[in-house]
Amino acid sequence: MTLTDEITRAGETAVAIIRGASSLEELKAAEPTIFGKKSALGSFKRSLGGLDPDERRDVGRHLNTVRAEVGDALEERRRELAAEERRRLLEAERLDLTEVPTSPRLGHAHLVSQAQERLEDVFVGMGFTVAEGPEAETDWYNFEALNIPRWHPARSMWDTLYLDLGDGDNVVLRTHTSPVQIRVMQNQGPPIYSVMPGRVYRRDTADASHMPVFHQIEGLVVDRGITFGDLAGTLDAFTSAYFGESISSRLRPSYFPFTEPSAEFDITCVICGGGGCQTCQRTGWIELGGCGMVHPNVLRNVDIDPEEFSGFAFGFGIDRLALMRHGVEDLRQMFTNDVRFLSQF
Amino acid sequence: MKVLLTWLREFAPIEGDPTELGEAMSSLGMAVESMETFDFMDGLVVARVLDLRSHPSADRIQLVDVDAGDGEPLQICCGAFNMAVGDLVPLATLGSTMPNGMEIARRRMRGEWSNGMLCSAAEIGLGSDAAGIMVLPEGLTPGTPVAEALGLADEVLWDLEINPNRPDAMSVIGVARDLAAHLGVPFSVPRWVVPETGESVSEVASVEISAPELCGRFVARVLRDVTVGSSPTWMQTRLSLCGMRPINSVVDVSNYVMLELGIPNHTYDLNRVPGGHLGVRWAREGERIVTLDGVERDLGPTDGVIVDADDTPIGIAGVMGGASTEIGPGTTDVLLEAAWWNQRAIAETSARLGLRSEASARFERGADWAINDLATDRFCHLMSEMGATVTRGHIDVFGVIPERPRVTVRVNRVNAMLGTTLDGERIRGLLEPIGFEFEPGSPADAPVVVVPSFRPDTTTEIDVIEEIARHHGYDRIETTVPRSPVAGHLTGYQQDRRRARRLLVGAGLIEAMPLPFLAPGDVTRAGLRVESPVTLANPLAAEESVLRPSLLPGILNAIAYNESHRNPSVEFFEIGTVFSAPAPGEIVPTENEHLAVALAGREAPGAKEYWDLLVAAFDAPGATLRNQDDLPGLHPTRGGVVSVGDSTVGVVGEVDPGVLEAWGIPERVAWLEIDLGAFLRSEHGAHRYRPVSVYPSSDIDLAFVVPDDRQASEVEEVLRDAAGPELARLVLFDVYRGEGVEPGSRSLAYSLRLQAPDRTLTDEDVALIRARCIEAVEDRLEGHLRH
Repeated sequence: MTLTDEITRAGETAVAIIRGASSLEELKAAEPTIFGKKSALGSFKRSLGGLDPDERRDVGRHLNTVRAEVGDALEERRRELAAEERRRLLEAERLDLTEVPTSPRLGHAHLVSQAQERLEDVFVGMGFTVAEGPEAETDWYNFEALNIPRWHPARSMWDTLYLDLGDGDNVVLRTHTSPVQIRVMQNQGPPIYSVMPGRVYRRDTADASHMPVFHQIEGLVVDRGITFGDLAGTLDAFTSAYFGESISSRLRPSYFPFTEPSAEFDITCVICGGGGCQTCQRTGWIELGGCGMVHPNVLRNVDIDPEEFSGFAFGFGIDRLALMRHGVEDLRQMFTNDVRFLSQF
Repeated sequence: MKVLLTWLREFAPIEGDPTELGEAMSSLGMAVESMETFDFMDGLVVARVLDLRSHPSADRIQLVDVDAGDGEPLQICCGAFNMAVGDLVPLATLGSTMPNGMEIARRRMRGEWSNGMLCSAAEIGLGSDAAGIMVLPEGLTPGTPVAEALGLADEVLWDLEINPNRPDAMSVIGVARDLAAHLGVPFSVPRWVVPETGESVSEVASVEISAPELCGRFVARVLRDVTVGSSPTWMQTRLSLCGMRPINSVVDVSNYVMLELGIPNHTYDLNRVPGGHLGVRWAREGERIVTLDGVERDLGPTDGVIVDADDTPIGIAGVMGGASTEIGPGTTDVLLEAAWWNQRAIAETSARLGLRSEASARFERGADWAINDLATDRFCHLMSEMGATVTRGHIDVFGVIPERPRVTVRVNRVNAMLGTTLDGERIRGLLEPIGFEFEPGSPADAPVVVVPSFRPDTTTEIDVIEEIARHHGYDRIETTVPRSPVAGHLTGYQQDRRRARRLLVGAGLIEAMPLPFLAPGDVTRAGLRVESPVTLANPLAAEESVLRPSLLPGILNAIAYNESHRNPSVEFFEIGTVFSAPAPGEIVPTENEHLAVALAGREAPGAKEYWDLLVAAFDAPGATLRNQDDLPGLHPTRGGVVSVGDSTVGVVGEVDPGVLEAWGIPERVAWLEIDLGAFLRSEHGAHRYRPVSVYPSSDIDLAFVVPDDRQASEVEEVLRDAAGPELARLVLFDVYRGEGVEPGSRSLAYSLRLQAPDRTLTDEDVALIRARCIEAVEDRLEGHLRH
């Protein structure tokens, strides 16, 4: 057997050992027996010295080739084994994500807060500021300044809760957020473009559509040259912005002591889109709230000259909007604070 | 207010689709709440009773032969016995369906055939009379559908919502006038002819007004030969459909005239009114009267009364008549009153007595004072058709009646308010049909209009502008959107409040919203020490009579509710107003907006975490927490007050176990309640930039043994102070009590990160700071480094 053949065989043996290694450790242990000084391939180098130059060149080249082949085989096997190893480790970490118990902590803002913030955002976008005020008010702010004197029959439109402060029935829990309108007009002259969200109170027994405590948002614009057309246009713009382009509004004559002309503010029924359903009693419209041109007496009560300035006001319930949006049937559910209810939204 | 199409048509030729007419009324501000037509009575015909025979084998039913239009006798079995041969009755023919869904078929009753069913008024939806078969008015032709025979074939009933400023629309003529104007058809009220006989009314009756400011007008007439019986079927039908129960001819006519003309009227049995004299005056303190409903009522000087010749009250003006002069079955002579009363007086009396009647409702809104005589004529006209005779003339006495306002209506003002371009002619065309008169010769650009007597609500220019807008049509006013010169925005406080809400929602809490009302015991039950919580004067229920001085009781209710529904360990927050007694010199209660966090199933540290979260989020530099025992409502040894700068803003800790027991809450509740306003009013949110040092930092750990009566927050304060500006971070990472630490003390281990902005700290620097810290704790807190 020539030296060349020996080298070839030694190379074959080494490759067989490499291929036979079944783990990285085994391969590493085998490495010295393949490339070490005492290994077959290692020993050939020394044997080269005894050859004539030509032969030494040929055999040396062959030896290098074989060594390179063996090195490639070693590298390849190492990669294979490393990949296998990684696969094994990853397999050991296999996880069924669907069997993992989790308890995500998702907080929830109250439905009313969510609705109120959305309404505020729409009005802020339309150039309104947001005004707030006290929930307990004097009779003057809640009624008289709003053109509702004590004997006025229209007082019966609001079932009022009075506070027992030992001075008769002078202090009430506000029946609407209109007192905030009065305060804004007192504290700040025109131009006024503001909305007044907040909690209001009525002496109403709780049922599916009434609560003694609920939430309203009112709006007030006082400026030069404000018209009834501006009122209708503003409400229409709001309606499309809040409910969507397909929902429009209409005004019907109504009566409120603090506005004249006064109107009820209807919107296309959001349930049926105007086709007529049970919610809208087949009219295609839902009554949303009241509105009108600010009564000259109200302006006079806050020292604004009704000949110079005019304005409009509107108001509607926040709770009912939230109710409609989510299809909640009973208003009382909003205030039981049942987590099974609250955590749905 | 319920109105019938045929009744409206007596005053104006109103035509059109019922739904469209309804929409027209809605667009005029008389919103249609419901509409009814009477097409359910298919197969119900007029039949004449030909013969009544007893049933051979039943006592409770009889056999009735009727003519249903073909002249042939048709046998019906009937359980009622109130009709006579010759009467006209409603017959539900074979194949027809009753309003209740019952189908009429030929059937045998105890062996005899019944070929249909005779009906009561109630069975066919015409009133409440279910006692016997309805006997129809004479003159109808057998075989005619009942709906057609009674004039209900194209009848429409609308229920209208009438606003308080439309007293005129509380009558058939008022609705007709408005609708006619809208439709552009003529409207008129007939002058009813009253056949008068015998003596003049002034010979048998007299009226004297002693309180002219109370009674603006008093018209009286006298009727004789009155028979108190049933009113005609057509009248009963109309009254029933309009929601008034037919009673007897006199009451029915009275109600009919009130509904038709909007003039409440009252009838006295003339023979029970001594001398036929009626006086009007204010009641005196201590006077009493038994009203028609049999209730004895105390009167006072703000109530108007009608008195007899002996000055004894026999009626409460405009509210309810007295029992002593009531019309009875034997009444033959009737004294009729149609008066006008001061709105405010009636409103006050009605409110004071808690007595509301159809009459008072109309008077307090303001009735017409110009047609009281017409109303008495209409009454007499209807009664004379039932055989009564009417004495000659009216008594017509005036007190103070409101003047009809003359209002200048500036055309440019109209357009400036409405955003329209109406001219004077158009405005006139809108106002005249609803009774406004234009004063001749007034300027074209600012005509003077005289308000009709039936619109007491209209006194100023803006009132008239509303009428113009109403009849022009709200939907015809062009819409415009004003450009706000204001930059829309939320205030800083409103933004911060939203941020707090987002923060807590982000941390996994649920926002609760309990009602702000509490039961009287709740405040003390929650351990709160509030001397005089604000209470309601007229609560709906005692459990809702106190305004909350704290968010605690309401949240405890919410937690207890959830615990009892198998949902323990709820974690709530709330942002809401709390109330306390008015500050000295103030009229209204003090209100503060509070924020509360309640963690059921967690101990005090849970709540402290939320305080720290708020402080970090709002960057409140002066925020501190100090332990304090026995805070109201809090666990006596697990509570503290939180402050920002010099102001205390709230409490943190755990709810008192005794309070939890009182609420039936079986687990601990960590609690944080702060005055959000006070918290946000103090310095916060600067988030001022501090350069990030490029020099390396050094960490040192120091564990101190400190007596238990020294709060950890004090140690922290001392360390911050002693370490100086090089202290970049201070963290308490371990608390240890036990072996190696003397009893009554604990070890507090802190990690200090030291860093300078301008250099690398040397070992000597660090050693110096370390020494300063140890010395400060030793000197100021009687603590020592743990060895």
